[in-house]
Amino acid sequence: MALKLPQNSLLGSQSDSQRTLYPYVTGTSVVALKYKDRILMAADMGGQQLALGSIDLKPFSYVHMRYKSVERMKPIGKHSLLGASGEISDFQEILRYLNELILYDNMWDDGNSLGPKEVHNYLTRVMYNRRNKFNPLWNSLVLGGVKNGNKYLGTVSMIGVNFKDNHVATGFGNHLAQPILRQEWHENLSFEDGVKLLEKCMRVLLYCDRSAVNKLQIAKITEEGVTIHQPYSLKTYWEFSTFENPAQGAIGSW
Amino acid sequence: MDLEMNLNASHSMGTTIIGVTYNGGVVLGADSRTSTGMYLTDNVYVCRSGSAADSQIVSDYVRYFLHQHTIQLGQSATSKVAANLIRLLSYNNKNMLETGLIVGGWDKYEGGKIYAIPLGGTLIEQPFAIGGSGSSYLYGFFDQAWKEGMTKDEAEQFVVKAVSLAIARDGASGGVVRTVIINSEGVTRNFYPSDKLQLWHEELEPQNSLLDLLNSSSPEPMNI
Repeated sequence: MALKLPQNSLLGSQSDSQRTLYPYVTGTSVVALKYKDRILMAADMGGQQLALGSIDLKPFSYVHMRYKSVERMKPIGKHSLLGASGEISDFQEILRYLNELILYDNMWDDGNSLGPKEVHNYLTRVMYNRRNKFNPLWNSLVLGGVKNGNKYLGTVSMIGVNFKDNHVATGFGNHLAQPILRQEWHENLSFEDGVKLLEKCMRVLLYCDRSAVNKLQIAKITEEGVTIHQPYSLKTYWEFSTFENPAQGAIGSW
Repeated sequence: MDLEMNLNASHSMGTTIIGVTYNGGVVLGADSRTSTGMYLTDNVYVCRSGSAADSQIVSDYVRYFLHQHTIQLGQSATSKVAANLIRLLSYNNKNMLETGLIVGGWDKYEGGKIYAIPLGGTLIEQPFAIGGSGSSYLYGFFDQAWKEGMTKDEAEQFVVKAVSLAIARDGASGGVVRTVIINSEGVTRNFYPSDKLQLWHEELEPQNSLLDLLNSSSPEPMNI
């Protein structure tokens, strides 16, 4: 991604000051699906930090380091769970907005509470309006929840594109996990089947997405509330014979 | 070769900064090519990296806000508040700032805490944090040698070792190692000049002069 620093002119920084140019610390895919009457969501705990450097005084950026304990899924109110990929600082800001929203909702003390549909709508409005001001929150969000027995799963992108579906994913998940989900998801998955399906997706992402980190969390939303399980790692298999010895068929290569 | 220089490029700090927690507090460490642990309040210090001007102005603002906050609160500020103030400034001005900071402090509610606030304004609380150009050389070292629950002396020795390893390999770090230990008893600042640090690969014992080597009991002639 090309790096754009403020121009040499004194006015340059003024016109750039209201735009988010590029993300710094990013999380990768989030994958979620509906099962029976609940929602399951998975995300790894990796954060990739961009480093700035310069070669011959020309600046360039490269992925620099990984944070390995970034929580990218958080419960929202009583009924919802938000997962995010993209810039972590923007995700933290969104959490602050949502906390305020939930707080004001609770202050009414009227027995009503914001459900996943309302939160999803709020997020869509926020993301779209920021996009219109050319200052986006650099995230792809997944919002899942269960209220009054109804399950809800939706997504919002950084430009405000939003929709609901039986299974959603962000980033690389769209390319690698969704095809698996389209084949194997069905209406009456059990918890165990849902977890296995998500793990299948996360494993593929581990093998194929360079920003993925082998430490993930799976979260479950039911009528009773949100549970985010403890982080764990998946076993992987690398001992394919041609992988171990790629030069077998072509002596001299590597 | 391109001779054009970007004269408005920020004056960058090549440096190494580290913050680690131990059972009882935190230890912050840095080389001397930066102004190391900068005082924010009595019990919270910050290590700065990135643009010297940006990190200074952010620390100055936060020190100012924390001072007012302490007066209103009637007791010392917590490291979490300091870290969040830094985050607010870093995040809300992300387009203009180029600074990565590590905040470390001790308060009676949460004990010793380390917060990393890299470029962009993400706030991450961690048991240890490293930053600055020299940190690239330390990830492997920390992965291998870091352990939870060190004693104060173990933690300080660990930080000194880490900074000195980074100084050895990072062209932009150097000088001496400065540490700040913050715990319930207060703050201790220490200073380790480079000749007191252990030698690493390809480094030689410093001498006053070649003549001392020539005159010593076992001379080492060089064959050309």
